[in-house]
Amino acid sequence: MSLGLYLLVGFIKSFIIINVYLVVFAYTVWAERKVLGHIQNRWGPTKVGPFGLLQPIADGVKLLFKEDMTPPFVYQPIFTIAPVLALVMSLMSVAVIPIAPALHLFGYDIPMQVTDINIGLLFILGVTSIGVYGIALAGWSSNSKYAMLGGLRASAQMISYEASLGLSLIGVLIMSGSFSLQEIVHQQEGFFWGFIPNWNIFRGQFFGFFLYIIAAYAETNRVPFDLPEAESELGGGYHTEYSSMKWSMFFMAEYHNMITVACLATLLFLGGWSGPVIGPPILHTLLPLAWFCLKVAFFLFIYIWVRGTMPRFRYDQLMAFGWKVLLPLAILNVVVTAFFVAWFS
Amino acid sequence: MPENYYIRYLPLVLHLVAALLIALPVLVLTTLIGRRKKFAQKMQAYECGITPTGDTRGRFSVKFYLVGMLFILFDVEAVFLYPWAIILKELKMFGFWEMLVYIGVVLVGFFYIVKKGAIDWGETARVSVENV
Repeated sequence: MSLGLYLLVGFIKSFIIINVYLVVFAYTVWAERKVLGHIQNRWGPTKVGPFGLLQPIADGVKLLFKEDMTPPFVYQPIFTIAPVLALVMSLMSVAVIPIAPALHLFGYDIPMQVTDINIGLLFILGVTSIGVYGIALAGWSSNSKYAMLGGLRASAQMISYEASLGLSLIGVLIMSGSFSLQEIVHQQEGFFWGFIPNWNIFRGQFFGFFLYIIAAYAETNRVPFDLPEAESELGGGYHTEYSSMKWSMFFMAEYHNMITVACLATLLFLGGWSGPVIGPPILHTLLPLAWFCLKVAFFLFIYIWVRGTMPRFRYDQLMAFGWKVLLPLAILNVVVTAFFVAWFS
Repeated sequence: MPENYYIRYLPLVLHLVAALLIALPVLVLTTLIGRRKKFAQKMQAYECGITPTGDTRGRFSVKFYLVGMLFILFDVEAVFLYPWAIILKELKMFGFWEMLVYIGVVLVGFFYIVKKGAIDWGETARVSVENV
């Protein structure tokens, strides 16, 4: 494959995957409102289209036509750049996520991800860390007390749980011996004892899985860790002074990060696209994709379920839990996993 | 797939361009359309409808700096552990014991900062300050 063709294919894949993400984002919001509605014994959106399915589009159009207010007291360059930074970085992390095995098309092997680099996991961790800047800078540049406090809280929370997040993934890295997401998924194919899937969650990373999920909930500022936008005390947190599409860029970034976390949990712990594949060749291409989407949808559903169930932490509880409970447990997980892998290798 | 491995990083640049192609037009569109109506109260910082008082650039808790510093320590620890985790299967027990010493040293520091109350917020923090 020539360089030009390779880059063209890459760009087309980027374009498709970004648009898929935007659609998934829109319908995650719809699903969230619907599921939360049913949890609270009401219907959720029903008016716009059948089952309220056109609600996300209506919301998008409404937000676009809202007044985009830039208050006079903000530091304008950073105030404008911050939401773009948050959104672009949330979109960057999807570039290395493989959603299905490589596709054979016109004699070429086309990996089902924008690019297959061998440090995929490091890339995602790095890019999501840059996303913190978007939030911290938004809070700082708003020059408003609520936004400032919200931004400080958000950045302190995100960096606190980032250490635990990074450590909780080391168990998987020890098991697989690679940063490449393709490679990690390939190692989870097949079964042991004849019937249990060879997924990392069943191969001793059960504990690591829960550490990762808890840390990831805190990283994406979701219930029960949604302190940064504690609306009852900070009036919205870091995006208090934002309106219209600039506000919704933060909203999009948050949901994109949620989807990325769900994809990563699927790839690292639940075997990615592996699952029973039967039938004609066309199903051999489509079923892995379907398994992947099903697992991601399951994680997104858990996100919404937790939001409908759990109360919010208090700030000192949040910090104490992150540092005094989650971090030692993550280190313990690393040590135990390392011991067993080193002993049996 | 081109021969040179590092060509694989080029699509990431294109991906950045594609992401900017989504974000920037939205930013421009939202500033172009949508009504504009300014009045004095609207131009104030939002403080629950009350006239803002004081300066935002005041002092805030030193704990935030402390958390930042501790984060660097533990994230660097995690970064050191990554390459070790990748090759642990070749290092075998030697690698395990070596890293156990390193983690032990870090844990001693961790125990120290927990006992010092560096990550206590709110009620517990106030009590520990009084004790000092």
